[in-house]
Amino acid sequence: MLYRETGQFKTSYQSDQALFTITQDRFLVGAILAVAVFLIPFGINDYWSKSILLPFLVFALISLGLNILVGYCGQISLGTGGFMAVGAYSCYKIMTSFPELNLIVVIVLAGLCAAGVGVLFGLPSLRIKGFYLAVATLAAQFFLVWMFNKVPWFYNYEMSQITAPPREVFGVLVTSAEASPAAQYLFMLGFVIVFTWIAMNLVRGRVGRSWMAIRDRDIAAELMGVRPLQTKLTAFAVSSFYVGMGGALVFTIWLGTVEVTETFDILQSSFFVLFAIIIGGLGSILGSFLGAAFMTLMPVVLKVLLVDVVGVIPVTAKHIEFILVGSLIIIFLINEPHGMARMWGIAKEKMRLWPFPY
Amino acid sequence: MDFLYELLVQPFADMIFEPLFFIETVVKGLMAGVLYSLVALGFVLIFKASGVFNFAQGTMALFAALTLTGLMEKLDLGMPHWMLVILCLALTVVVMIVLAVVVERFVLRPLVNQELIILFMATLGLSYVLEGVGDLAWGSDVKVLDLGLPEGVWDIGGVFVEQLDVIAAVAAGGMVAVLAVFFSKTRIGRALRAVADDHQAALSVGISLQQIWVIVWSVAGLVALVAGVMWGSKSGVQFSLSLIALKALPVLILGGFTSIPGAIIGGLIIGVGEKVAEVFWYHIHGGAVENWFAYMLALVFLMFRPQGLFGDKIIERV
Repeated sequence: MLYRETGQFKTSYQSDQALFTITQDRFLVGAILAVAVFLIPFGINDYWSKSILLPFLVFALISLGLNILVGYCGQISLGTGGFMAVGAYSCYKIMTSFPELNLIVVIVLAGLCAAGVGVLFGLPSLRIKGFYLAVATLAAQFFLVWMFNKVPWFYNYEMSQITAPPREVFGVLVTSAEASPAAQYLFMLGFVIVFTWIAMNLVRGRVGRSWMAIRDRDIAAELMGVRPLQTKLTAFAVSSFYVGMGGALVFTIWLGTVEVTETFDILQSSFFVLFAIIIGGLGSILGSFLGAAFMTLMPVVLKVLLVDVVGVIPVTAKHIEFILVGSLIIIFLINEPHGMARMWGIAKEKMRLWPFPY
Repeated sequence: MDFLYELLVQPFADMIFEPLFFIETVVKGLMAGVLYSLVALGFVLIFKASGVFNFAQGTMALFAALTLTGLMEKLDLGMPHWMLVILCLALTVVVMIVLAVVVERFVLRPLVNQELIILFMATLGLSYVLEGVGDLAWGSDVKVLDLGLPEGVWDIGGVFVEQLDVIAAVAAGGMVAVLAVFFSKTRIGRALRAVADDHQAALSVGISLQQIWVIVWSVAGLVALVAGVMWGSKSGVQFSLSLIALKALPVLILGGFTSIPGAIIGGLIIGVGEKVAEVFWYHIHGGAVENWFAYMLALVFLMFRPQGLFGDKIIERV
């Protein structure tokens, strides 16, 4: 009853091709967007923005990127942190070399740099697959992080820690510590909305279908005329573009200051994002968002519960958090290996039948 | 020109003019390689028997070493040192076997028939849990592991070799020999190979998968214990121990996922390559090349031989 598409006829090609074909979906997405755009900026404060909303949004974007590669094209990558670092450092270089350039342009350019590097490290995917490829992408992770730490050109011969200079977009300050949380949040949200929309259209179009063909059976896809070279490399390029932009946003908006060996460390970036998309759901746009929300919210919630409510000392709480995170991941994998996106699918089925389940 | 000179000429000149130093570096690399091999061996064992890519191997080494040092602190009631060591080793072995049973029951059994990536992620989750449990039970400060192993240096014709390294090498060699016999001569070993070959066929001739998995994880736990002990007595028991799991991955790639000799030889190659690159090409990059050298080596290698040195040839059909 709640979620029934009966009676919703599609009478034109346009309505058949719409992103959200069901009225309820349109309402839901519209409502969420309205709350996100019109309500949250008025109620936001520094704590909410820095420790919940900004990380959630930026990791949603990055998860989306990785999901394109892992979930849609089936190429496992553990080099996410490296590509994020490329985004962040190229963003820094462009920002400091061309101070006049609009920050939006800078971030897109940083994404393009990351896409180039991604294609380079995607080349081995033509020869190797599966876990072999995963290890090969680890090379990207360690090499890139090392490079940004050791080659002084990337951090302008100063300290290896880079700090975002203050920049205005449409007359509003968005980077540096003085920027208002609402402005930062809206800037980030704009990126996420636009690029989610692009990704949704990409994955259902020709490109996305060829990715999925390669994922499902690469040899069969090749026989059908899908070119593995172009397909895999576009997946690497698009994925790294998203991840690189995410890295640039982490650097400019969320953190403001980045130390490459800490922020883009393998556990905190590569595995974190991989967990997010597996828990959220591989090959699902919604899954990227749910997974990112789960992974960014869970530590915060656990910390609040353990330290403030139960009263455990922070060091012990850290260890308990490790155990809980690990067990939650295992429990999740056992109960729903297809992630939260599938859970949402099941919930929709239930709502369609409710209140007469038989 | 300077750059090319430093890249292509000077390191080789250094090697030729200081042969002793070069040999010493190679030996050091070999010894580091032995430790990589030990961790990689644990990976290969589990991968062969259950198709699970066990990321938690490094954390298992850390966990085993932590348990050992923790027990040694707790049980130090005035008995002779060698007795304490043996008692604690035995107890740690028991802990690792219990761990294997628990892992099989609560992680592997519910995940039978899932995709490989799911199993891989589950072992990643497992490594988080183990790390948390280890730290919670025994504290997270750096511990010194003292088993009474000799710590001096031998001078063999001008080349200095650490005794501990030699013991590690001997232990690794002995371990491989025992494992080889175990795999080829015993009843359980043959069952293990049957499971590795084909799960369903093995089931149909009456081999219990669950039992085999417990055995394999126990053996991997023992290998982890040896690796943890060796690494721990070298540089203290601490968090970084679990990161050698990441180092073992290129070793696996180089040697092939399914080959035990591959794990050993891959480890040695990576160990030597890393040390030589670090020591002789130091001028151009400012150090810390150890972090990524192994991966790059594996990457380049994969371009030419995707299945590794000794891995099974990958044949794909639609």
